[in-house]
Amino acid sequence: MPSLLFYLFAAITLGFGVLVVSARNPVTSALSLAMSFVGLAALFLGLDAYFIGTIQILVYAGAVMVLFLFIIMLLDIKAEEGKSPNLPAVAGGVILAVIMALQITTVCSSFDKGGVKIKDAPLNLQQAGESAKLATIANDLKAGVLPDAKLMGLTLFQKYGFHLQAVGLLLLVGTVGVVVLSRREKGVKDA
Amino acid sequence: MITLNHYLIVSGMLFALGLAGVIARRNIIIIYMCLEMMLSAANLTLVAFSRFRVSEGLPDYAAQSLVFFTITVAAAEVAVGLAIIVALYRAKQSVETESVTKLQG
Repeated sequence: MPSLLFYLFAAITLGFGVLVVSARNPVTSALSLAMSFVGLAALFLGLDAYFIGTIQILVYAGAVMVLFLFIIMLLDIKAEEGKSPNLPAVAGGVILAVIMALQITTVCSSFDKGGVKIKDAPLNLQQAGESAKLATIANDLKAGVLPDAKLMGLTLFQKYGFHLQAVGLLLLVGTVGVVVLSRREKGVKDA
Repeated sequence: MITLNHYLIVSGMLFALGLAGVIARRNIIIIYMCLEMMLSAANLTLVAFSRFRVSEGLPDYAAQSLVFFTITVAAAEVAVGLAIIVALYRAKQSVETESVTKLQG
């Protein structure tokens, strides 16, 4: 990815991230978070992770953000107008965040493998195509296309089949849990 | 030219932002959004390492599988968390952290 695009999308991700934390109105926060996730998905695309970028938009910017907005509107949460921010907490949050950002920058600057440029780690699709076992993947690779979704599927179902099943079970348990949590108990009146 | 460090620093800043939000804000829904931001920051790190660790000409798909699982678990976690928030709102008529102090001794 050209450097300019990287800086643009990093700025979108971080700028809207700041807005998420600082906005007084929860709807503003939610919409900024959606934009921040779109910027992050663009960064994923720049890292040749097309499948992950797509599901980032589908799942996060689509499903999760709709859920957040739905709850905000359902509960009719107003902006924190007139309430002053909790100053010690804000100071603590900002100081911790600055310390953490400094620490990460320091660690990264002494991490010599971190200086690898993206063109020094090129993908070699021809070589990968020679060793690919599945014909459809090998054909794509030899044609110079990265069959990202196919390779992800191969990894997920070949190497992580059990984990995929476990995540499916987790989603089922989550669904049942949500239904149980949001069911009204008999005899308990809503105030 | 973009290096691995660029991505790691962006990811670290995103994580720090989320952390600041979790500590500074008092609206539970916004705290939840900041948690999602921190999870995404970790995903960016994983994808960056996956792209820069080229083996046999391809990115490391084990890392991207982990991102896939993280996104799935995060989606389930959001659903359950928001159901808890709705239950909390029914009991307290508020989504502020100050209204939930029963365990504060």
